[in-house]
Amino acid sequence: MSTMTRPIATTRSATGIPTGKLAVWWVIGSEIVIFGGLLASYVMFRLGHPEWAEYASHTNTWFGGANTFVLLTSSLFAVLAHHAAEHGDGKKAAKWLLGTCAGGLVFLCIKAVEWTGEIQHGYTITANGFWSFYYTAAGIHALHVIAGCIIMLIIANQARKGEELHRVELIGIYWHFVDIVWIFLFPLLYIAK
Amino acid sequence: MAEHQDHAEHHGQSHYVKIWAVLLVLLILSILGPILAPHMEFGFLKAWMITLMTAFGIAIVKAYLVAANFMHLNIEKRYITYLLTTMLMLMLLFFAGVSPDVMKHKGQNWENVAAEAEVERALKAEAAAAAHGEHPGNEH
Repeated sequence: MSTMTRPIATTRSATGIPTGKLAVWWVIGSEIVIFGGLLASYVMFRLGHPEWAEYASHTNTWFGGANTFVLLTSSLFAVLAHHAAEHGDGKKAAKWLLGTCAGGLVFLCIKAVEWTGEIQHGYTITANGFWSFYYTAAGIHALHVIAGCIIMLIIANQARKGEELHRVELIGIYWHFVDIVWIFLFPLLYIAK
Repeated sequence: MAEHQDHAEHHGQSHYVKIWAVLLVLLILSILGPILAPHMEFGFLKAWMITLMTAFGIAIVKAYLVAANFMHLNIEKRYITYLLTTMLMLMLLFFAGVSPDVMKHKGQNWENVAAEAEVERALKAEAAAAAHGEHPGNEH
């Protein structure tokens, strides 16, 4: 096993969870507070300001729905990459990871088209409180998609060579979390009108 | 690691595809919910309740399906579930502490004059714009 050559910190574990995986879970734990705080603030303002319902009615459910479909599908690809890595098939894992990454790119393209139209209609980040939350929440989420894609490309390149296959699962866990954040952003920003 | 390998044998690729298919059905339901809600009002069941249930109820189910099956939380050590639950509790604590100040615009000894004025101004502007058949969402 290649674990013999790893630093001691990556081979011992008080929790019984591999160190890298534990680290990813802690990242997600802190992300819950970041996104949770933002979304909880949005809910408070939305409930306290009846006039926001009209502002929210201008978001396009079909763009949001299409992006939900894209992210759910990319999550499937990520878990299939994990499945392949678990069976030692690095090449297949790399292919699924590239598919996941492509999903991230399609998501960002749809978002770019959506935002361009909204900004042209005057719905900018300074238009009112609703649009400030809209661009901040979806923008921070989009940054997570971009970061995930970059990390995924690096891991896919390693997996292709059969190296560090356990990392395929780690980026997958992160990607599913980004998917879950969108699962909540979708009803909050697009459906509840 | 052994439990992980057992899991991989029980849960083949088709299991993940099935979960994905269920997620897509739930997505379609969450989009149709608010569209069909006004036609489904029945007794005490109002349209906004149906919208809330289909939007947020389904979101919670979807998040659970992804966390349990794709992130494998169902076979992960309990430590992780406790970690994530603690973070969610912190979020609720934040909401409970701050929301009274944000959601209410006046109390016994205080009044948020600016928020009240903004609600009044914006609702008037929306009513005026609706009368003219315009979209008021982009006023500054």
